[in-house]
Amino acid sequence: MQVLLRNPRRELSIDGPLRVHALLDRLDIHRDTVLVIRGDTLVPGDELLEDHDVVEIRPVISGGAT
Amino acid sequence: MKCTVCKAPAVMDVRRHNGNFCRDHFLRLCRDQTAKAVKDFDMLSPGDRVLVAVSGGKDSLAAWDLLLELGYEADGLYLGLGIGGYSDASGDAARAFAEARGLHLVEVDLPRDHGFDVPSGAKAARRVPCSACGLSKRHLFDDAARRGGYDVVVTGHNLDDEAAVLFGNVLHWQADYLGRQLPVLPARHGFPKKVKPLVRLAERETAAYCVLRGIDYQVEECPMAEGNKHLGYKAALNQIEATSPGTKHDFYFGFLARASARFTPDAEAEQGGLVACSRCGSPTPGHEEGGEVCAFCRLVERAGGRSVPVELGPRR
Repeated sequence: MQVLLRNPRRELSIDGPLRVHALLDRLDIHRDTVLVIRGDTLVPGDELLEDHDVVEIRPVISGGAT
Repeated sequence: MKCTVCKAPAVMDVRRHNGNFCRDHFLRLCRDQTAKAVKDFDMLSPGDRVLVAVSGGKDSLAAWDLLLELGYEADGLYLGLGIGGYSDASGDAARAFAEARGLHLVEVDLPRDHGFDVPSGAKAARRVPCSACGLSKRHLFDDAARRGGYDVVVTGHNLDDEAAVLFGNVLHWQADYLGRQLPVLPARHGFPKKVKPLVRLAERETAAYCVLRGIDYQVEECPMAEGNKHLGYKAALNQIEATSPGTKHDFYFGFLARASARFTPDAEAEQGGLVACSRCGSPTPGHEEGGEVCAFCRLVERAGGRSVPVELGPRR
């Protein structure tokens, strides 16, 4: 599958099938700090991602002036 | 994973609510939580003229969208901070959101209107960038609200923001800051009312709200924010939250319910004795004999920019 990561922006190819939680564990990303997006919707942690899927792992933590 | 409400396939888990939600029920949760914050803290009244400070990021655009969904009328305010391509993309996101919905977006541009940008201003004033940025934002939000005759300024601060700020203020016992860390600051001393209607939503939820609503926000992080203290506090709290969901909510709302009022005298002492800045006229701490220069005008001077007189309007 194709995986888009942000901040900094980069792309990875990872073999599927793989559950979302397993993908995040493999990339050492904590599940509460990101959203996994496929198309225009969110993919929950127990969903199985197939080899042909294209997903974005989008960080949600922002912090600047408050 | 099934929706806790309707058993349809879920798209989002919210661990501190011990629930999973389909798209429609997650969006409803966000609306309900925002409506509860607005009601519980008496944030908005019928007929209020509302100005939402929008950065182009997830929180402020979600705040604007949620208020509209709840039936409020609100204009937006975008501040161009001169942070290179980041500001360009942020402004584009704010403008696209407003244009697509036929909304009014007020724009203020720090380099154009005041003669400096955040990176150069911070360097010249020897402030960390987030400090110079926050100071500029607060001054310009107040000024834009007074000029436009708005009653209330809305910001997109979420639960994670407020818990992290509280954590930092407690670690350093900033008593006056603790006394002002409220979801509502009433209008007074020439400052407009300020409200934070997203305090019941975590930032993962505001991001999810935007994705599910098709709101195209600025995803990239501000390049000036990297490594700042605020992000460090968030990381520490997220470690605790991971093993004990709901801790951030309990920390922040417990503070509001049980401790906040104890610090009110410290905040009032700090805010007492406001006078008009001798350069721009905005309210600033000082002595009655005058001659005081506000923190924003001091930043402008060091950055080689221009002080612009503010309009105080009928609320002063």
